[in-house]
Amino acid sequence: MTVQVFARVLAYILLAPLVGGLLEGIDRKLSARMQRRVGPPLLQPFYDVIKLFKKQTIAVSTAQSFLLMTYLVMIILTGAMYYGGSDILMCFFVMSTGATFLYFAAIVTSSPYATVGANRELLQMVSYEPAVLLACVGFYLVEGTFSVSEIASSRYSAIMYLPGFFVAFVYILTIKMRKSPFDTSTSHHMHQEIVKGLTTEMGSKNLALFQVTEWYENVFLMGVIGLFIKNSSPISTVAAILVILVVYFLEILIDNSSARVKTDMMIKTSWGVTILCAGVNLLVLMLVR
Amino acid sequence: MANIKRSPWLLHYDGSSCNGCDIEVLAALTPVYDAERFGVMNTGDPMQADIFLITGGINAQNQATVKQLYDQMPRPKVVVAVGVCACTGGIFKDCYNILGGADTTIPVDIYVPGCAARPQAIIDGVVQAVELFQQRSDEHDALVKQNKEGREK
Repeated sequence: MTVQVFARVLAYILLAPLVGGLLEGIDRKLSARMQRRVGPPLLQPFYDVIKLFKKQTIAVSTAQSFLLMTYLVMIILTGAMYYGGSDILMCFFVMSTGATFLYFAAIVTSSPYATVGANRELLQMVSYEPAVLLACVGFYLVEGTFSVSEIASSRYSAIMYLPGFFVAFVYILTIKMRKSPFDTSTSHHMHQEIVKGLTTEMGSKNLALFQVTEWYENVFLMGVIGLFIKNSSPISTVAAILVILVVYFLEILIDNSSARVKTDMMIKTSWGVTILCAGVNLLVLMLVR
Repeated sequence: MANIKRSPWLLHYDGSSCNGCDIEVLAALTPVYDAERFGVMNTGDPMQADIFLITGGINAQNQATVKQLYDQMPRPKVVVAVGVCACTGGIFKDCYNILGGADTTIPVDIYVPGCAARPQAIIDGVVQAVELFQQRSDEHDALVKQNKEGREK
């Protein structure tokens, strides 16, 4: 059992950047096709990161590298704990701690654009945190445990009891993945009103670290989507992967078909959806049981 | 010596151009020409850019800005002057405030003439810049390696 856990953690640490990079490559290719362009090669994100690692390092603040490295380690820890089958609540706490380091990495530069981006990142955290915590509560109410390995090996898929939580989680996933209409803190697309926001002062190696961390984070978040589907039968693994791909495609579609909204709109809608979907689902669960 | 020419990120700065060349630069990113298929990304951030695309002549006001943008870009980097104004000062050459082309302030590597430069010409200039970028990167790597060996001795 422990060997299995160790193998899963090792597989996550080694394979997550590859899977995450490939997912981003698919994202860029699909986005280009949606805009009737040919688009970059599938491996473009890897070319970008390799190039960034090879460029001269210019850092406005020397603390930035350290803070970004901590962010990376925290997110790897989150994913490793999750795929190791540990406590899901703890995973999200570690993830939030890591996100705080990202905030500091942007704000130490005292660049106006990075500062605005960092403040917006905090607002993004405020927007997605309730839905994330409620999802953990939902898993606990249904399965009676926070343990990922026990939730994944239960008799029925969690989504049968938690459809509202699932909708709320997919909604905040757009915020978490910094996709349009909620790419307020930093954008994957070329320009925005605050240059590159959060990542304005991150060049070469530091930006590469940020990108690799995003891949780790995306693989973790996709894993959480899969947890809604996964149960004890092996077929559910296939179903989980299918649902993950559908959700990822949905994110790309939303990204390409919507314009950026203001941050207050983001908070209002995300809290609204969380209260309506997850809240009502929670009420029903508590009344029926 | 990794192959880094697959990922050239552009920084586009409009000097004192009439906006003709700028519209053509943006046209190069539209679905018809789609420069992203070469891995080109138009970033607004000098710290993340590899190729500096400058349009329009240099005047007394923007000289300091152009110089600062160039200095903020990490090595290796390449400069492309797009349009006849960025190459020589063009039609504005004799104006009292114009100092001349981009090469009066920063070292220019590739000159793309035209008024306005056509998207095909701009993409051709960028492709040449990408080759130069790879060459500079290799030189940069060799230098770093040499320094490291020197320190070990």
